[in-house]
Amino acid sequence: MGSADFILYEEEYASLEEALRRLRQEANAKAVFLIDKNGQQIAAAGEIEQFDATSLASLTAGNVAATDGLAKLIGEREFSVLFHEGQQDHIHISIVAKRAILVVIFDERSSLGLVRLRVKRASVDLERIFETMLQKGERGDSPGGPASPFSEITDEDIDALFSE
Amino acid sequence: MTFINYASKEINCKIVYYGPGLGGKTTNLQYIYNKTSPDSKGKMISLATEADRTLFFDFLPLDLGSIRGFTTRFHLYTVPGQVFYDASRKLILKGVDGVVFVADSQEERMEANIESIRNLEANLKEHGYDLPTIPYALQFNKRDLPGALAVDQMYRVLNYKREPTFEAVATTGIGVFDTLKSVAKQILIELRKR
Repeated sequence: MGSADFILYEEEYASLEEALRRLRQEANAKAVFLIDKNGQQIAAAGEIEQFDATSLASLTAGNVAATDGLAKLIGEREFSVLFHEGQQDHIHISIVAKRAILVVIFDERSSLGLVRLRVKRASVDLERIFETMLQKGERGDSPGGPASPFSEITDEDIDALFSE
Repeated sequence: MTFINYASKEINCKIVYYGPGLGGKTTNLQYIYNKTSPDSKGKMISLATEADRTLFFDFLPLDLGSIRGFTTRFHLYTVPGQVFYDASRKLILKGVDGVVFVADSQEERMEANIESIRNLEANLKEHGYDLPTIPYALQFNKRDLPGALAVDQMYRVLNYKREPTFEAVATTGIGVFDTLKSVAKQILIELRKR
């Protein structure tokens, strides 16, 4: 396939969640989501249960992809920050470590300036964690076991998935 | 690009439904959505024009159950089939794990089918994928229409690499799940190889 799988281990997952929790708290945001550019949620923090996270991830990725296309049309490499202003809630979207999308949802308890400032700081932490993930991936590290549990998948396992 | 999350024990795969305009890609997703139990599906999103033509994509998250302790989730997308939406089509192929090509069986749509497969091949290449190696299933949709071409004739022209091919009537669901299962299986088998 064209690109390597994206593998997230518990250690980095915990670090990412911790960074998101900190960002949510410091930015006074309602919720913070970290999304893969292909539209899958990586981690989240805050009042996440009030949002449909799967839809949010897919639409955000579509939005970023379309905006990227627009940037290229006018000769820009990318638009690294998107901001959507609503009546009560607002969405701040930024690209982290080239491959992930950081989404901050906030209301009048915060401000765009504060969110921007905190996002900048959090991005540095997140990039560091992604760097570690990438290195692990390149070295093929996988704590506590064989490289992939899927090498053991049998035809029966696969068939069982489809036997409703 | 499969996303494997060891922390939440999830595998996420992306399947894209490709094909010419008005071929039935969205209808495939709608049928799957209608026939899947509420606890194994998320919301279906359709970014469509006022005339109900796909403008950007349709999206349907499906939860197929668990395999070796990992929740297996498939994200189904359709592309807009109309020729002039090529920029959007390209975007949606990003990170794809498997493709379903929905061909329109009507004789007058054969040119459009051929053009769309060529377009798929080129757009996959731009993302670094290769149609000969990517998990892929072919569906001949609209078999119920009087103007439908003979299956062997369509197979000769449209089958690319002896991929699994299904006859379908997406409006009534014939062939819809068989096509989905085929590509999902190929993706999981691919995962086993790595």
